[in-house]
Amino acid sequence: MNIPVTERIVHDGTPDSTELLAQTWSDPPGLIGWLSAVNHKAIGRRFIITTLGFFGAGGVLAALMRMQLMRPENDLIGMDLYNQLFSLHGTTMMFLFAVPVMQAVAIYLLPLMLGARSVAFPRMNAFAYWIFLFGGLMIYIAFLFNTGPDAGWFAYAPLTESEYSPGKRIDFWAQMITFTEVSALLEAIVIITTIFKLRAPGMRLNRMPLYVWAMLVTSFMILFAMPSVMLASTGLITDRLVNTHFYRPGDGGDPVLWQHLFWFFGHPEVYLIFIPGLGFLSAIIETFSRRPIFGYPAMVLALIATAFLGFGLWVHHMFAVNLPDLGKTFFTAASLLIAIPTATQIFCWIATLWKGRLNLRTPLLFVLAFFFILLMGGLTGLMLASVSLDLQVHDTYFVVAHLHYVLIGGAVFPLFGAIYYWFPKFTGRLMDERLGKWNFWLFFIGFNVAFFPMHILGLYGMPRRIYTYPEDMGWSAMNFTSTLGAVTIAVSMLLFVFNAIRSYRSGAMAENNPWSGGTLEWATDSPPSPHNFDVVPVVHGRYPLWEEQAKPEHVTGLAANHREQLITSVIDASPDHRSSFPEPSIWPFLSAIAVSILFIGSIYTPWAVVWASIPVAIALTAWFWPRKKETQHDLALEKSP
Amino acid sequence: MAISLNYISRDPAASVFASVSSDVGVGLRYLLYFAPALPILVLPHWAHAASFQNAMQPAGIQAEKILDLWWLTLGICTVVFIAVLAAFLYAVWRAPRANEQTGADISPLRSVEPLSKRAVLLAVAASTVLLFVLLIADVMTDRALAQLPLGDGIHIELTGHRWWWEARYTADPPSRMFNTANELHIPVGKPVVISLKSSDVIHSFWVPNLHGKKDLIPGRTTTITLRADKPGIYRGQCAEFCGYQHAKMALLVIAEPEAEYEAWAEQQRQSAAQPTTEPAIAGQQIFLGTTCISCHTVQGTPAQASLGPDLTHIASRQTIAAGTLPNTRAHLTAWVKDPQKIKLMANMPSSPLSGDELQAVIAYLETLK
Repeated sequence: MNIPVTERIVHDGTPDSTELLAQTWSDPPGLIGWLSAVNHKAIGRRFIITTLGFFGAGGVLAALMRMQLMRPENDLIGMDLYNQLFSLHGTTMMFLFAVPVMQAVAIYLLPLMLGARSVAFPRMNAFAYWIFLFGGLMIYIAFLFNTGPDAGWFAYAPLTESEYSPGKRIDFWAQMITFTEVSALLEAIVIITTIFKLRAPGMRLNRMPLYVWAMLVTSFMILFAMPSVMLASTGLITDRLVNTHFYRPGDGGDPVLWQHLFWFFGHPEVYLIFIPGLGFLSAIIETFSRRPIFGYPAMVLALIATAFLGFGLWVHHMFAVNLPDLGKTFFTAASLLIAIPTATQIFCWIATLWKGRLNLRTPLLFVLAFFFILLMGGLTGLMLASVSLDLQVHDTYFVVAHLHYVLIGGAVFPLFGAIYYWFPKFTGRLMDERLGKWNFWLFFIGFNVAFFPMHILGLYGMPRRIYTYPEDMGWSAMNFTSTLGAVTIAVSMLLFVFNAIRSYRSGAMAENNPWSGGTLEWATDSPPSPHNFDVVPVVHGRYPLWEEQAKPEHVTGLAANHREQLITSVIDASPDHRSSFPEPSIWPFLSAIAVSILFIGSIYTPWAVVWASIPVAIALTAWFWPRKKETQHDLALEKSP
Repeated sequence: MAISLNYISRDPAASVFASVSSDVGVGLRYLLYFAPALPILVLPHWAHAASFQNAMQPAGIQAEKILDLWWLTLGICTVVFIAVLAAFLYAVWRAPRANEQTGADISPLRSVEPLSKRAVLLAVAASTVLLFVLLIADVMTDRALAQLPLGDGIHIELTGHRWWWEARYTADPPSRMFNTANELHIPVGKPVVISLKSSDVIHSFWVPNLHGKKDLIPGRTTTITLRADKPGIYRGQCAEFCGYQHAKMALLVIAEPEAEYEAWAEQQRQSAAQPTTEPAIAGQQIFLGTTCISCHTVQGTPAQASLGPDLTHIASRQTIAAGTLPNTRAHLTAWVKDPQKIKLMANMPSSPLSGDELQAVIAYLETLK
């Protein structure tokens, strides 16, 4: 079709017009087109698959560790490799899986749930994905060349200073932080802006799905938590590269400073992994109990309270450091306090299930496992909140058990439930129920067999991060059991991969709303068309698909041949203005390459920051250089009344 | 003393200490080997841990107080766990079943649900009360731990090195001070004040039978106070990851009646006795003539360096290489010959000594009681 750029064709609902709309919002074909993609679904899909790939890689590392610990005085894996395994396992799961996968799912789902055509800042979104991918690949390539991090995911100084960690292992780790945190911060901005400004008209804040609230709260937490770890790791890089003295006690630095900065990020990190999981839970529970979640205002306030309190707990990771006792008690109180909002949400969910009518499908099973596992993880968390109990179990396998109960129970089980739940939306096909139930039960049983014994191991004196242990410690049988559990988990994960691939190829076709959900994403096609909604809906309640539709039903007047998105107000989502969204562009990808060269180069020489800023400047300039076509279009719009 | 640790009297031939290997086959063979034994493993012996490094078997007042708090917390948490899970399971059990065709019940959007509201509020209130109980119990335990009377206690300065522990028993007058390594003796019933320092990275001192952890932080001095109330040998292990051999940085704390402790301390204060047997005399010559003395001290000889453990009374210790091996002749020989084989990356290099020289040095070390 040959339409002059300045001409604006309004979408009128005819098939031709809708075809044009789909074409407008499509990513270009070919390899260059693939690299230029900005559609949130394309980026979200890649992001989800990439993070799940890292989850698999982190799982392989864990399996290797369990092989080593299966018996006492094992010599299967050497000390040096083991130290790299546990460091990279923690690093992968925290930085390359748990946080980004939640953002990735949100990037895909939020516009669908909000009735939008795109995420805000789609090119920045693409850039965030590429920079994440490059950072993750970098650390794994370094690991394959025997330069994997070997000082834990927490990288305590001064062990990580060049005196005790010569070579480039720690530099790669610290720079991986820069990559992933840049990505996480950008995604947080994308998500917050999308939620605040791109909601369908009528979707006031108090009509947003709880999952959207969860992602909003998570993204704000990321904005406040991530800079702390970037600051910390940049200090570490400069300590190592140009001899600054942030954490070197001999030169007036302080290793405890690292711990404060790291845990000021590290504790909120737990909650910003776990809060999206709570969002998944609310979404799944309401659909499968066939009723709204009980206590919406309490649920929202609980999420916000968790976010605030999450920043006041970091010292409970540092009880063995010589800090003032009274100060520690404050952190005990705060750590106990944060149980209240979580408990509130659990009680509200139970109230929902109590009154609901249950459709016991695989997604709901994964959520039900949450109650068992996260509850136990939360209760052992109360034990860790206590200064004196923590002094016994801190840095033992008890903590390993606790954190896996919290993170796997609180985030991974809900995530798997979410994948089973939204898979038909992503692919247009349902996942196999029978395989799903096998996947679930093997995971649930394997998880408890693998991690429950670790509680006891910790109390029986087994410290974390040891590559071997003497036979007479009496830890052998429990470690062996734990390894068997790990094998079971591995089998369940293989089943999941098999199920996902098979269902993607030949699963039962899904309708638009296979579970009869109540939120907007179920109103679109499965999988959604490039523009998400043929007509932008107007929302009149919290569950647009469950409640009776009122007038007006949808928005008219958006162009079919230009990427136009309706921008609405923050609180009430009343229509505000039309905004032109950017076209696909190769420059986010090229900028990410330029920035990666700068980041990786500065591992080797501080001068890389100087010379590599030239390609970065060129790429960013090209990215933001006004295109004639877009300018003409915008000018044409300004003229029309 | 008649207390012995299994792991100290273990058959040395049974230990395999090759550090780096990538023999996957060994792991698989082990899996097959273990599989039939699994039921036996799982049932009676499953959680049968050693008693000498165990937070559940307190031997001191502090570990005991912490264990009391543990049982209280575990009790409350178990009740909460059962109650919440029961409510949840009951909810799932009683709720009628549905499928995708079941219409959604949106009545709660228009009406309040007073019963649910009351139940949730009540549950939140109960949780809050229980959390307060935990908080109060915790504060009381912390206070009790901090209030250990310290009069007439003994003072030890413990310095963490990668990967061993240097101990200095400070005393007044200073002539009564002495140094040792990787093994502390303490009198039962008397408070012990340990100042913790680190010469390199962060370590953590943890003897679970006696107390919780305290970090050893370079550039700072931290303090932990203990009291052992039962005589025994307690093992501790570095609890903060400190690099390659973090797994092999253990120490023993031997709590003994005061008289025995005093006898031990008096012996430790003595300089090393001059060797009397032929091989030991030769061994001393070799020891003093080689690089041994650039790291180690033997009081009463020219060996006065402090990069490695003080060897003045090494033969009186139960383990070598920071709790890694029982102190037997075979282990000592293997260690001096090639420490890297037992503890890769440790500071001690392999020794260039010939077989006879090595035997002589071992004979000398064995006289250092």
